[in-house]
Amino acid sequence: MEAEREVLDVLARNAREDIADIAAQTGLDAERVEEAVASLEADGVVHGYQAVVDWDRTEEGKIRAIVEINVELDRETGYEQVADRIARFPAVDALHLVSGDYDFAVEVLGGSMQDVSRFISEQVAPMPEVTQTVTHYIMETYKDGGVRFADGDDDDRLSVSP
Amino acid sequence: MRTADRARELPESGIRKFFELAEARDDVISLGVGEPDFSAPWAARNAAIGGLERGRTSYTANRGTAELREAIAAHHERYDQPYDPGEEVLVTTGASEAVDLAFRTLVDSGDVVAIHEPSYISYAPGVELAGGEPLSVPTRAADDFALTPERLEAAGAGEADLLVLCYPNNPTGATMTDAQLAEVAAFCRENDLRVVADEIYSALTYRGDHASIATQPGMRERTVVVNGFSKAYAMTGLRLGYALGPADAIDAMNRIHQYTMLSAPTTAQIAALEALRSCDDEVTEMVEEYNRRRRLVVSRFNEMGLDTFEPGGAFYAFPECGGDDEAFAEALLEAEGVAVVPGSVFGAGGEGHLRVSYATSMRELKEATDRIARFLAERD
Ligand SMILES: Cc1ncc(COP(=O)(O)O)c(C=O)c1O
Repeated sequence: MEAEREVLDVLARNAREDIADIAAQTGLDAERVEEAVASLEADGVVHGYQAVVDWDRTEEGKIRAIVEINVELDRETGYEQVADRIARFPAVDALHLVSGDYDFAVEVLGGSMQDVSRFISEQVAPMPEVTQTVTHYIMETYKDGGVRFADGDDDDRLSVSP
Repeated sequence: MRTADRARELPESGIRKFFELAEARDDVISLGVGEPDFSAPWAARNAAIGGLERGRTSYTANRGTAELREAIAAHHERYDQPYDPGEEVLVTTGASEAVDLAFRTLVDSGDVVAIHEPSYISYAPGVELAGGEPLSVPTRAADDFALTPERLEAAGAGEADLLVLCYPNNPTGATMTDAQLAEVAAFCRENDLRVVADEIYSALTYRGDHASIATQPGMRERTVVVNGFSKAYAMTGLRLGYALGPADAIDAMNRIHQYTMLSAPTTAQIAALEALRSCDDEVTEMVEEYNRRRRLVVSRFNEMGLDTFEPGGAFYAFPECGGDDEAFAEALLEAEGVAVVPGSVFGAGGEGHLRVSYATSMRELKEATDRIARFLAERD
């Protein structure tokens, strides 16, 4: 619906907007905004609200890896079942079924490289359907969640202009 | 050095003073900026870089590259504004050059040029430099700053030779509908007025599509439309605009342009072509973001008691502050470090108003409007 979509556009840019400001920006009244947020959540369109974090800038840091996983399915096991088993690990940040050379692309978040590789070798690789894993450690993140990780471009416009 | 009267006699722009006041402080949130806060779409910038890499650093044809003129014509075709890319399109160094050329081409010495106000500050000086006499046509807050035949009549514009029309408007954000333009068009036909329509903000409309006076019956042949890339594509610094009009007018404008400019910047033409080819989505996204900011700003001003009509275009709101707008703007800058431009800078009808640009991040808009609310509360 139109209202849901407008509210979603605002939240997708900034999930911390409060109801009053969403109402002002969309021209909807506050009650309608609350309703829209509730139905977006109930319909599973909005699953959560999270910060876009540059972990490299935190003191203890975190290691992220993209892991390619190949699987072999059988009569009883489909992608859904395998995905469900992989997704349940808290270390798995994101899990996608993808087209191309491998089946799943998994984003894994861990405290150290060791953590991540241990998780893959001890938890994922031994699963009977998994035939191959390739782990790519992320060396540097330039952009995530649509946000560029750089010191903001300075506003070099004249402060007052015609 | 001795300088010519014509230059010396041009008045200092009222914007200048506020620029200097604002620049003197470093904690200022500026709502005084007349250009987008976005950068040009990356595809357009990338095309410009590619052009430089391939060594495309020479002049182009006077009228602009054939490809760009064709793309401009095709773009306007979508808005029912058909122009022949060969003869009816002239690519210029910003809309600014197109406005200047239009005046120099259409205004004879002593011609009267009606300019509705409040309006963009370059028209009256441009008319004077062309030897014409500007005639101020005040528009009213009561009409949401739309131009009406009554306003034209009241100002004596029936005697004028040319009308400058700028909607969506800088500084008010006002737009005009087809029905409103039809009345102005009728006035122009009856009084044999030609029109320079500065439609630089045509892509930035929030309550229905832009309407152009050139699409009114009998108006195409008496109108030069000015447009450009600065606002829609956030390309102000690349300096690229264009004029659309009847072949004889464009030809005459090109006659001046070939001597005074040769051709518009080549790199900017390359960027503009790419912008037209592939950047519609970015424009839509910018328009959606401006629209959210517009609603927020207008509702916040109305909540704090500064009456603000709902602007339909550009990226300006025009709240009413009452009384002396210059004093208000100065005091606001002094007390809260928020820069706005007093409405009276833009001519008759602007007094008692402020031009507030929402080409600023949502976060800054919230902070600035909080500060203005505090300023009002402490003033009472
Ligand atoms: C109404 C209007 N016309 C023309 C211009 C100048 O545009 P350009 O950058 O294309 O020269 C501006 C810029 O502020 C404007 O507001």
